[in-house]
Amino acid sequence: MIKKKAMTGAEAAAEAMRQINPEVVAAYPITPQTPIMHKFSQFVAEGDVDTEYINVESEHSAMSACVGASAAGGRVMTATSANGLALMFEIVYIAASSRLPIVMNVVNRALSGPINIHCDHSDTMACRDTSWIQLYSENAEEVYENNLIALKLAEKVNLPVMVCQDGFITSHAVESMKVLDDKTVKDYIGVYKPKYYLLNIDKPITSGPLDFFDYYFEHKRQQIEAMTKVIPEFHKIVKDLSKLLGKDYDVLEEYHLDDAEYVIISLNSTAGTVKHTIDKLRKEGKKVGALKIRMFRPFPLQEVAKWLTGKKSVAVLDRSASFGSVGPVYHEIRSALYETEAKPKVVSYIYGLGGRDINVEHIEKVFEELENGTAKAENYLGVRDENER
Amino acid sequence: MPEGGLIVEAGNSIEFKTGAWASVKPVHDKNKCVNCLKCHFICPEGAISVKDGKIDKFDLDFCKGCGVCAEECPVKAIKMVKK
Repeated sequence: MIKKKAMTGAEAAAEAMRQINPEVVAAYPITPQTPIMHKFSQFVAEGDVDTEYINVESEHSAMSACVGASAAGGRVMTATSANGLALMFEIVYIAASSRLPIVMNVVNRALSGPINIHCDHSDTMACRDTSWIQLYSENAEEVYENNLIALKLAEKVNLPVMVCQDGFITSHAVESMKVLDDKTVKDYIGVYKPKYYLLNIDKPITSGPLDFFDYYFEHKRQQIEAMTKVIPEFHKIVKDLSKLLGKDYDVLEEYHLDDAEYVIISLNSTAGTVKHTIDKLRKEGKKVGALKIRMFRPFPLQEVAKWLTGKKSVAVLDRSASFGSVGPVYHEIRSALYETEAKPKVVSYIYGLGGRDINVEHIEKVFEELENGTAKAENYLGVRDENER
Repeated sequence: MPEGGLIVEAGNSIEFKTGAWASVKPVHDKNKCVNCLKCHFICPEGAISVKDGKIDKFDLDFCKGCGVCAEECPVKAIKMVKK
């Protein structure tokens, strides 16, 4: 049964966590993630979940507790943002390398400094090489759905998953969204039965041993190859969810792409602004479309190439910078198109750093610059130049 | 190969011969030894075994040559020598 509810993105994450009912949650407060754990700790206090909720003294400890609990055999979840994720960083790698299916909600926030609590993607983009799967969410409803997908996906491929949403824009804004009933979610996620776990006294194991030049490389190769199984597993997992919620899910979402000549690529909440702008421009007869990236890790190279071949020009919106190189999404898109025959022109726009607004006029400007050919290879959107103060 | 570096057989430290790291080894003088067993309890590798209340063997497969036994021996019955 589907119910329509009004929720913020943070509440949507907490609601999914309540229905998943993980054995252990360990977290530390940080803006703008805090409302997720605020809501979830209420569920714990009121006895709505059976979760062992561990209050820790830092994010480094939060992820360490998650690693221990997951290795012990439990379903484990957590949440963080920006500087909290940075403090976890060492254990973020260890969680993935130990092949532990932890699900973490990350509410995207700018990494300091100068200090800033608002949205950009510098935190999760800094984690793109950690061997975590990354799912990005356009709105509160997608936060909820991505959590359910993430849990199943993690347990299928033994890799942890970050479910990302935009700080404040998604996490603190109330939206109308659909949720499933508890029983349906319980049946959908099933029972977690790890093959090996520390609390299995009948089959004792060692987790996290020393691993030098003898086997370390083989274990890394296993991680690389595990990532190649993620997209096929995603397609299997979302089949049932599609039936339950009456929606289609893919690693990418296209919007008016079939006959589009000019395309904008984005992820998280900006994808909604892009779609809105496309609706407006389509009424004026413009051949514009969009590609939204739900899954950034592993990156769907082939799927991107399939959708973009033959387009006139493509603008990639990056809400983070890779200082000394190009934006991380732009980098992937260019790479995806290398082997294709009819390559579109691809340009980059860096936007929205530290929560700088992105609105319909900005998106219109990008489409205009694509159409009249004035877009440079690398552009900014919504930032002052040195001469403007 | 199990994923994530897991070791799925218990009791496997016996296969990891840490004695290979040692550059020195203990030489035990049974005539000087008073069998106080201090070295047996203090050895971080458990490489010094006891039989019938007396010091029996130094297992060089696991002795890392740290020299704690020689340092702690009250009657100087253990000497560390080059391997």
